[in-house]
Amino acid sequence: MSVMFILILASLFVAVCFLIAFLWAVKSGQFDDRHTPSIRMLLNDKKDNKNMHNIDQNRNEMREN
Amino acid sequence: MAVETFNYDNRIVRNFALATTIWGAVGMLVGVLIAFQIYLPALNFGIPYTTFSRLRPLHTNAVIFAFVGNGIFMGVYYSLQRLCKARMFSDALSRFHFWGWQVIIVSAALTLPLGFTVSKEYAELEWPIDILIAIVWVAFGINMIGTIIKRRERHMYVAIWFYIATFFTITILHIFNSIEIPVSFMKSYPVYAGVQDALVQWWYAHNAVAFFLTTPYLGLMYYFLPKAADRPVYSYRLSIVHFWALIFIYIWAGPHHLLYTALPDWIQSLGTVFSVMLIAPSWGGMLNGLLTLRGAWDRVREDPILKFMVVAVTAYGMATFEGPMLSIKSVNALSHYTDWTIAHVHVGALGWNGLLTFGILYWLIPRLYNTRLYSTRLANAHFWIATLGIIFYAIPMYWAGITQGLMWKEFTADGYLQYPLFLETVLQIVPMYVIRSIGGSIYLLGMLFMFYNLYKTIKAGKLQPEESAQAPALIDERPSKLKLIFNHHWLESRPVQFIILSVIAVSVGGLVEIVPTFLIKSNIPTITSVRPYTPLELEGRDIYVREGCYTCHSQMIRPFRSETERYGEYSKAGEFVFDHPFQWGSKRTGPDLHRVGRKYPDAWHYNHMLEPESMSPGSLMPAFPWLISNDLNTDHIAGKIRVMQQLGVPYPAGYDGQAQDDLERQASNIAESLKTSGVDASADKEIIALIAYLQRLGIDIQPE
Repeated sequence: MSVMFILILASLFVAVCFLIAFLWAVKSGQFDDRHTPSIRMLLNDKKDNKNMHNIDQNRNEMREN
Repeated sequence: MAVETFNYDNRIVRNFALATTIWGAVGMLVGVLIAFQIYLPALNFGIPYTTFSRLRPLHTNAVIFAFVGNGIFMGVYYSLQRLCKARMFSDALSRFHFWGWQVIIVSAALTLPLGFTVSKEYAELEWPIDILIAIVWVAFGINMIGTIIKRRERHMYVAIWFYIATFFTITILHIFNSIEIPVSFMKSYPVYAGVQDALVQWWYAHNAVAFFLTTPYLGLMYYFLPKAADRPVYSYRLSIVHFWALIFIYIWAGPHHLLYTALPDWIQSLGTVFSVMLIAPSWGGMLNGLLTLRGAWDRVREDPILKFMVVAVTAYGMATFEGPMLSIKSVNALSHYTDWTIAHVHVGALGWNGLLTFGILYWLIPRLYNTRLYSTRLANAHFWIATLGIIFYAIPMYWAGITQGLMWKEFTADGYLQYPLFLETVLQIVPMYVIRSIGGSIYLLGMLFMFYNLYKTIKAGKLQPEESAQAPALIDERPSKLKLIFNHHWLESRPVQFIILSVIAVSVGGLVEIVPTFLIKSNIPTITSVRPYTPLELEGRDIYVREGCYTCHSQMIRPFRSETERYGEYSKAGEFVFDHPFQWGSKRTGPDLHRVGRKYPDAWHYNHMLEPESMSPGSLMPAFPWLISNDLNTDHIAGKIRVMQQLGVPYPAGYDGQAQDDLERQASNIAESLKTSGVDASADKEIIALIAYLQRLGIDIQPE
């Protein structure tokens, strides 16, 4: 079952890479703000606004009909 | 601070969106066809290329890599640009990625029905296509990471983390599982054998589910669900915990696909422990998605997009609850090899991946075309049809799985098997197969509604290939430590690409050299009576692989009395040391074949392949008459022996020159034996080789 060692090494390699990424993310302040990013992603570039409420418009029309 | 103006590339998003729609329908159409074929085998129309065992891998590959794959890229190319406030790193790479991926899909659609397969599930494609996949995948990775590096938004939204994990892990999985030694242009043997090959394969396949069907779609959920609901995710903090917990646990759970097999027990237990732990992050993510809609449930009632997404996330929750349950050995003892597994994966594929893709398409296409969705009513109809389709698919499959699993294990009061005929347990669940095929058709019908709706939407609008946006450039406030370490300017500007490229280069080069030598030592048989396959058996085995017999027949008898009574002595790891690739299978639509050797006379196999019903009345196995008329191609036998020798199979030195003679001698013996049973068969046909292989199966540890 020597392949097990290869798989453990490969899996550990993946895990260590993610660990480094995690430590980098924490140290560089990626997770300092745990609230505003969730709101910021909702703010649309201007183009998008026009169609933002497609479904709402459709829904209103359906009601009117 | 200078505000920069730039354009988002919408054309590439549109291309992937169309691709996912079209390939999705194709993949599901093949799925519906094989769902009918499973109880009406004549629906292959007597053509090898449309036989169940060749189409089933085509179905799984099409749905995973063509439907979900293009769906991932659609979502990533749309959301990544906006989250990074940057255009994709390179338009050329985007185009190369798109067309490269479509070429891979088309070559899969051609080669799999033609019988070019490695037979490792979801990694069936032969080595030239494997190389192409690696190249296109890395192009995608460079494009993505390049975009992240030139982003104008310092914070990396949680979806981006999910995308990075997808790219990185799939690269490693694909490389490790695809290490093969080519025999010819479209034939290769995996370097791993038997139980080791099985472990690598299911480490891969489990994580393909984890990092291809799950993590990228979670990233899409964290982007498109808040967007569609127009409210922030319930807890951003939870989403970060979700991500890190998930990726650290997921990669260790693969062995749960091999419970009760010849895999060492401690590895099985390891897989079980990590699988059960997975419930926590998975359900954290599901609840985070559902709770995002807190206070907006009134909108779910009317907005089909949100309906699709809510049921998708719920399906994710159900599948990730069921997965850990199926990883518990006592549950797995009943569920494994049955349709329970099929039900489980389709809750994931149809529910989670399918419905989320549809929701995103309905949200995205009107935005790309600067118009409104043609019909909300049709989208609503699609939602209900799709949900109904899933119900009609999943419930009969659960029913069939549990019924058949129980029947296999049922003993009479006298201690004999209650249902000694395997076929009896299959015929019992045929009504469930019928309902399932209807369920699948209903789901496909829903897609046609979407086709029409999106077509009308596209007609009404006009593609906005470039979408302009503005954002201030990112100013590096914190001098990073990396800068101090890497003083060279060129390295400083491209550290991530550099690291990734070097990791890949080192992995490929190193692995090709190291892995085979590492593994050969362990391939020394531990059971002295286990011998390498004869040349004719080897050719027969390649036919077994080509026809995809493993899609319905396992070669792994688990150590249960119900299985040893039915099939014979349970399978041992040492019996598979010459199996490149392993053929354990994952589903028993037909009986296990590991001890089929010497069970029936040669003529039985001949007649059974020609017309299964003649030997096994009521059988649902398709006929394989072309094996009887096709001449056996032995052009590569010397090369095959040499590759096997390279992999450590102990053929005597110089045996490659002698193989052809041995092959012909054994073939004429089998033809002779057929003749005494009244079957007139020429010794140079494929059926002879297949019979040689089948008669060899599992007899090494039997007394003569």
